[in-house]
Amino acid sequence: MNKVRSIDDLKNIKNEVRSKNAKGDLTIIKVAMATCSIAAGAKNIMDSLINEIDKHNLENVIVIKTGCMGYCYAEPTVEVSINGKEDVVFGYVDEDSARNIVQNYIKNGEEIEGVISNKDSKQMKIVLRNCGSIDPENIDEYIAVDGYEALGKALFRMGDDGVIDEIKKSGLRGRGGGGFPTGLKWEYARKNKADQKYVICNADEGDPGAFMDRSILEGDPHSIVEAMAICGYAIGASEGKVYIRAEYPLAIKRLQKAIKDAREYGLLGKDIMGSGFDFDIDIKYGAGAFVCGEETALIHSIEGERGEPTTKPPFPAESGLWGKPTNVNNVETFANIPAILLNGGDWFNKIGTERSKGTKVFALAGKINNVGLIEVPMGTTLREVIFDIGGGIVNNKRFKAVQTGGPSGGCLTEIDLDTPIDFENLIQRGSMMGSGGMIVMDEEDCMPSVAKFYLEFIEDESCGKCTPCRIGTKRLYEILEKVTTGRAAMEDLDQLRVLSDVIKDTALCGLGQTAPNPILSTLSTFWDEYEDHVKYGKCTAGKCNALLKYRIIKSKCVGCTLCSRVCPTSAIVGRPKQAHVIEQTKCIKCGACMDKCKFYAIKKD
Amino acid sequence: MINITIDGKKISVEEGSTILEASHKVGIDIPTLCHLDLHDIKMVNKCASCRICVVEVEGRRNLAPACATPVHDNMIVKTNTLRVLNARKTVLELMLSDHPKDCLICPKSGNCELQDLAERFGIREVHYYDGEKSTYIKDYSTSIIRDMDKCVMCRRCETMCNSVQTVGALSGVNRGFNAVVSPAFEEKLENSVCTHCGQCVAVCPVGALTEKENIWSVVDALVNKNKVVVVQTAPAVRAALGEEFGLEAGSLVTGKMVAALRRLGFDYVFDTDFAADLTIMEEGAELLDRLERYIEGDESVKLPMLTSCCPGWVNFLESQFPDLLDIPSSAKSPQQMFGSIAKSYFAQKLFIPREKMVVVSVMPCLAKKFEASREEFKVKGNPDVDISISTRELAHLIKIANIDFNDLEEEDFDKPLGESTGAAVIFGATGGVIEAATRTVYELFTGKKLEKIDFEELRGIEGIRCASIKINDMDINIGIASGLGNARKLLEEIRSGNPRNLHAIEIMACPGGCIGGGGQPYHHGNIEILKKRADAIYTEDKNKPIRKSHENPYIKEIYQKFLWEPLSEKSHHLLHTSYSPKQKV
Amino acid sequence: MREFALSKNKLIESKFKELEDFIDSLENKKAELIIVLHKAQEIFGYLPREVQQFVAKKLDIHTSKVYGVVSFYSFFTMTPQGEYPISICMGTACYVRDSEKVLDEFKRLLGITIGEVTDDGKFSINVLRCVGACGLAPVVMIGEKVYGRVTPEKVSKILKEYE
Ligand SMILES: Cc1cc2nc3c(=O)[nH]c(=O)nc-3n(C[C@H](O)[C@H](O)[C@H](O)COP(=O)(O)O)c2cc1C
Ligand code: SF4
Ligand code: SF4
Ligand code: SF4
Ligand code: SF4
Ligand code: SF4
Ligand code: SF4
Ligand code: SF4
Ligand code: SF4
Ligand code: FES
Ligand code: FES
Ligand code: FES
Repeated sequence: MNKVRSIDDLKNIKNEVRSKNAKGDLTIIKVAMATCSIAAGAKNIMDSLINEIDKHNLENVIVIKTGCMGYCYAEPTVEVSINGKEDVVFGYVDEDSARNIVQNYIKNGEEIEGVISNKDSKQMKIVLRNCGSIDPENIDEYIAVDGYEALGKALFRMGDDGVIDEIKKSGLRGRGGGGFPTGLKWEYARKNKADQKYVICNADEGDPGAFMDRSILEGDPHSIVEAMAICGYAIGASEGKVYIRAEYPLAIKRLQKAIKDAREYGLLGKDIMGSGFDFDIDIKYGAGAFVCGEETALIHSIEGERGEPTTKPPFPAESGLWGKPTNVNNVETFANIPAILLNGGDWFNKIGTERSKGTKVFALAGKINNVGLIEVPMGTTLREVIFDIGGGIVNNKRFKAVQTGGPSGGCLTEIDLDTPIDFENLIQRGSMMGSGGMIVMDEEDCMPSVAKFYLEFIEDESCGKCTPCRIGTKRLYEILEKVTTGRAAMEDLDQLRVLSDVIKDTALCGLGQTAPNPILSTLSTFWDEYEDHVKYGKCTAGKCNALLKYRIIKSKCVGCTLCSRVCPTSAIVGRPKQAHVIEQTKCIKCGACMDKCKFYAIKKD
Repeated sequence: MINITIDGKKISVEEGSTILEASHKVGIDIPTLCHLDLHDIKMVNKCASCRICVVEVEGRRNLAPACATPVHDNMIVKTNTLRVLNARKTVLELMLSDHPKDCLICPKSGNCELQDLAERFGIREVHYYDGEKSTYIKDYSTSIIRDMDKCVMCRRCETMCNSVQTVGALSGVNRGFNAVVSPAFEEKLENSVCTHCGQCVAVCPVGALTEKENIWSVVDALVNKNKVVVVQTAPAVRAALGEEFGLEAGSLVTGKMVAALRRLGFDYVFDTDFAADLTIMEEGAELLDRLERYIEGDESVKLPMLTSCCPGWVNFLESQFPDLLDIPSSAKSPQQMFGSIAKSYFAQKLFIPREKMVVVSVMPCLAKKFEASREEFKVKGNPDVDISISTRELAHLIKIANIDFNDLEEEDFDKPLGESTGAAVIFGATGGVIEAATRTVYELFTGKKLEKIDFEELRGIEGIRCASIKINDMDINIGIASGLGNARKLLEEIRSGNPRNLHAIEIMACPGGCIGGGGQPYHHGNIEILKKRADAIYTEDKNKPIRKSHENPYIKEIYQKFLWEPLSEKSHHLLHTSYSPKQKV
Repeated sequence: MREFALSKNKLIESKFKELEDFIDSLENKKAELIIVLHKAQEIFGYLPREVQQFVAKKLDIHTSKVYGVVSFYSFFTMTPQGEYPISICMGTACYVRDSEKVLDEFKRLLGITIGEVTDDGKFSINVLRCVGACGLAPVVMIGEKVYGRVTPEKVSKILKEYE
C-alpha cells in the first residue's frame, strides 16, 4: 500500500473501492457484529449464511460484518440489499431463518417473514451514519464513504482557524453530558500556548444503560480517528489519547486496527497526507471506575494515578495532561466532526432546536419494546422516541417514567412526553441529557427504589476525596434504605432534601454535584410514592420487599401443597387439601410460592 | 493585579492568588480544614477536599472552595451568606457523622482543628449520626499511633510524606466511603518505609495521627523509689517548649525547663547537648580521618561523609538507599550517645548497675522513640534510653503536675552531663551540626584558633544549601539538606558521581531541622514559628561562654578519664553503631 | 482486602519474567502503571502483594502508590478469581430487567456470594456496571463470553456449559 500523500490519493482510493463494490448486481448481506450481536449468536449466523451461499453457489452475494444497526432488541440482525429492491433488516435471525433468507428471499426472490424494519423516518443518522453499514475493520470502506476527506479538507483548504470557525458555526455542543460548545473549547485550547498539547477522546462511557460510544467505536472507529486528527490540527496538538474502558474489548480491538491502518495509509503519524502536520494516537485503558469519565480524573488516570478529580479551574484546556493544554471530547462529539466539516457548519446548525443543534443518539433500554440505539434530531419529543421509535412499553404496561442522564439525571414522566428533547428542556424539567441513556420504567417500578439504586451506584463509585460526596452520598443512601424498608419518618424526607441541596452545592466534581439528582427529581414528581412508603408503609409498585406481605387467600387455596414445597424457609404450613397459611415471621418474601401457585391463591400487598 | 470584591470590600491582589489569600488581606476569616500552606518548606496541600471553606461567587452555579479557587478580575465573592453558612454547617455535620466523639480521651483534644470548627459552628446535634461509621484497627508503632477512625481525609499527611519527604509510606487507598490514607496493603506503619520522622503527625489537623505517648511510663519511673531517673533534653526543646505555656514563639526557656524537670522529680537533669558535643568529637574525628586519608590519596575513603545524628534520616537511608550505607558517619545520635554514657560512665560514678538507672529523653522528635527501641542500643535487653517523650509530652507532664511554668526561677543543668557548648545547641537547627563540626575540625586540623565562629553561610531554612569553607589550603565543600525530599536530591546526586565534589553533608529529616520536629508544639500552619525557634537557638549559642565542642571541660574530662580519645576502641564500642538495609513496603 | 500469597516456583518465575519483559518494552515507565497492572493481572490472574511490589520496583515508584491505585480501580483484584469468573451486570438497564434475581440464582446454585470462589476453584461471582450490551439485558459475562437475556431459569443451563 502506498501512503496517501495528497487529497487526490485519497480520492483515487475512494473511486477504486466504489467501483469495485458497484460491480454488477451484487447482493450484500450485512451482519451486525457488535458485542451484543455476538453475544446473541451473530457469529453462527454469519457462518450459516456463508454456508448456505456456498451450498447454492450464489456468485454475486457477499457477506460483510458491520457494527450495530440499532435494533438491539432483535439481535442477531441481518440487512440484505438486493439491487433494485429496498434494503430490509431481518431480526431475531437464527440458523433456520438464515438459511431461509438465502434460499427463499435472495435466491428465489420470495417475500419472507422476519423483516423488522425498513428505514425509519423519524430517525436521522449523522453520528451513526456508518454504523451498521460499513465494515469497521476495513479502512477502504470508510474511505469509500468519504472517510478522511474532512481531514484533507481541514489540512489543505480550511486552516486551523477555518476549522474552529466551522465548528463554532455548527453550534455543536459536547455530547459527554456537559453540553459545552465544542468550538469554544477548541478555541480555548488553541489559544493556550505550549510546546505540547493533547487531544483526548473520552470513551469511558460509564453511564450504565448507555452504549452509544461503544457502538460508534465498534461500528465506525475511523470516524473517531479522523476527528481527533482534525482536532489536533485545529488546536495545535500532535498527540491524541483515547481513554477507553477495559470492559469494551471489541471496541478496543477495532480501534487498534483502525489506528494501525490509518498509520499505514499515512493518515496518522508524521506528515499526514503530505501536509506537514504530525499527529498520532494511542490508547489508554480504564480499570473500572465511573468517576474516571470526569475529565480531570480521566487525566490523572492516564497519568497512572488514582482517578481522583481535581478542582476546576484550571480547566484541562489550560493545564491538563502532564500540565499541558488538553482538549477532552466525548466519542459522539467527535463522531459529528467529519460530517460537519464535509457538509458545513450551516447545514448542521439548521438541524435541531434553538440552542441544541444536530442530532442525539439515545440508548433505549428498560421496559421498552424496541431496545436499541436510535439517533434523532434534537427537538424530537419523548413520545416520538418512546412510542413511535421505541415501540412503547413492554407487555403493554403503563408508562411511568423515563430516566435520562444516568446517575446524574432525573426522571421524566407522562407530563413531559411532548417536550422536545434538548439540553435546556431536560435540565429545566429536573433531568439532564447526560450521555443519552434512556431507561424506561413502567408501573411496576418503585421510584424510591430507583433513586436508591442510583445512590448505591454513586456511593460505590464515589472516589472518596471530598466530604459531601464521600460521606453525604452514603447518608443519602442510608435514608433511602430507611424509606424502602419502612423505617423512615417524614423528617427523613426533609433531611433528604437539605442534604441533597448541600451536596449539589459543595461537592468537588460533577459526580457529587449531580449525585442527588435522581432523589430530587423523584421527590418532586413522585412525592406521593415517598409518602406512601413513609406514612403508610406501602410500596404501590410492589418492589420493596420489606413492605410487602405475601398472603394466601383462603377461599382460593385448594391445598395442593406446591407452595409449601418450594418455600425456602418452610414458612407455609397446612395439611394437604386444606387451605394453607404463611407464617409471616418466617417469610423472607422471595416470591417463590406465588410463582408456583396455579390457583392464584397467593397475593402480595 | 486583579480587582475583586469580597463581602463588599474591594481589593487588588496578585494574579494567581486564591480567594482565601485575598480574604486574609482584608481580614476576613474563612474557616478551613484540609488546606495547609507551608510555602517555606514547599508543602502546599491544596486538594480542596473538606469543603469547609466554600463561598459564593457571583455567576457560579455552585459554591467555590476558597482555598483552591483562583481569583479573576471583577470577581464578586460572598463569604457569609446563609447559603454558605448552611452548607458549611451541613458539611461539618457530615464529617462528624463519621467521626468518633472521643474528645474527652483524644490526644488531640485542645489542639484539634475539627474540634475547633465544631465549637466555632456551635454544632449541638449531629444529624445522620446513626449511619455507618468507618472503623479501622488502631495501628500502634513505636512512635506514631494511627487512629484512622478520626481521619477526615485532608490528605495533609500524604502530601507531607510523599511530596515533601518523598518517603512514600502513605497513599490514599480504596475509594468512596472506604477511602482512607494508609501504607501499602494496609500494613502497619512499622512495616512500611515510614521513617518515623513524625512530619505527618505535625500536620494532621485531628487526632488521626498522634505520637505514641509515654507520659505515664515516665510517671511510673519517677514514683519508683528503686530507680535513679535521669533526664536529657535535646537542644530544640528549649526553643519551643514555651509556646505550650503561652509564650511568644522563639522564647528560650532553658532555665525554666530545667527547674520544671527538677520539680517533676527527676534525680538528675542533664542535657543532650553534652552528648552533642561528644558527637562532634567523634564525627569530627571521623571526618578529619577521612579527609586526611583522602588528601593522602587513599582511594577507598568514602566521601562525602554524612552526618548520622538524625534517626529519621537513618531510617530513610536504611530502607531507601541501602547502597549508600557505608558513607554516613558511624557515630550514634546524641540521644543514644547520652544514654550509653549515662548507663556506663555515669552509672559507674554512682556505683549503680545500669538496670537501676532509667534514662528519659525529651526530644522534639518522634523518630527518637523508635531509635530508643532499636536492638542495637540495648545491652542484654536493657535499653540505653528507656523512655523518649516529645516536647509536647513534657509540656503535658508539667501541666499535669500543676507546675506554674512561667513563674519558675531559672535553674542550671546538673553536672557532669549537663554542661555543653554553643556548638551543641545549634544541633537543633538545620546546618547546626555541620557548623559545630566545622568549628572543631577547623581548629583540630589547622591547629589555629578560629576567629570567626559564626558560619552564616551554613544557616537558613532553604532546603538545600551548599558552602565552601577554607581549612588551610583546602576548600571543604559542605552540603546541607533538611527535609527528606531534599536529602533524596543530594543522595541521588552522590549516586551519580558527586558532581559538586561535596566532602561533608548534614542531613536532617525534618524541614528546618529539629526545631520543626514531629514532637514539637503544633505550628498549625504558621511557618514563621520555625524561623523564630531557629533564631532562639542561635541566640543561645551566642550567649554561651564556650562555643566549641572540644573546649567543653567535661568533654575533655570524659576523654581523659574514660574514653581516652575519639575513635578509640571504647568510643567505638559505646558511641558508634552500624547500619543495615531494611526491607519495607 | 483479603490477600493471597504466591508460592514461588518455576512457573511463577516465568510469569515474572514475562511481566518484566513487558515493562522493559515501555517507554515512559512511571506513567504506565495502569497498563502494567492490567498486564500483570492478565498474567497472574490477580495482583498479589509480591506482584505489586515487583511492579513498584520496576517502575521506580512507591509500593503505597501501586496499592493506592490497585485498591481504587474495581477491575483490579488481590484475590484469585475462579477459573470461570462470572460477572453479573448490575447496570441500570439490567437492573430494571431483574438482574438481581439472576444474581441470586447464581449465588444459590454455586453456594457462594459476591467476591467468593467455589471450593473447586472453578467459578467466582462478581457484579459489574454495564458492559454496554444493555440491549440484551440482563447480561452475564463468563470470562470474555457475554450472555444476553438471561433469566433465572437459564442459569443452570449456562453453568452446565462449563462442566
Ligand atoms: C462523574 C462524571 C462522569 C463522566 N463520564 C463521562 C463519560 O463516560 N464519557 C464522556 O464522554 N464524558 C463523561 N463526563 C463528562 C466529561 O467530564 C467531559 O465533560 C466530557 O468528556 C467532555 O466532552 P464533550 O465536551 O465532548 O462532552 C463525565 C463527567 C462526570 C462528572
Ligand atoms: S464529588 Fe465524589 S467523585 Fe467527585 S471528587 Fe468528590 S468524592 Fe470524588
Ligand atoms: S400453591 Fe396455591 S393452592 Fe396450592 S397450597 Fe399453596 S396457596 Fe394453596
Ligand atoms: S414469599 Fe418466599 S419465603 Fe415467603 S412464604 Fe412465599 S416462598 Fe416462603
Ligand atoms: S480528633 Fe478532634 S474532634 Fe475528633 S475526637 Fe479527637 S479532639 Fe475530638
Ligand atoms: S464538654 Fe461537655 S461532654 Fe465534654 S466533658 Fe465537659 S461536660 Fe462532658
Ligand atoms: S512519620 Fe514521616 S515517613 Fe512516616 S508516615 Fe509520617 S511523614 Fe511519612
Ligand atoms: S490522617 Fe490526618 S493528615 Fe492524614 S488525611 Fe487523615 S486527617 Fe488528614
Ligand atoms: S530532624 Fe530532628 S526532629 Fe526530625 S527526625 Fe531528625 S532528629 Fe528527629
Ligand atoms: S446490537 Fe448491541 S448495540 Fe445494538
Ligand atoms: S479548606 Fe478549602 S476545601 Fe478544605
Ligand atoms: S446495564 Fe447491563 S449491560 Fe448495560
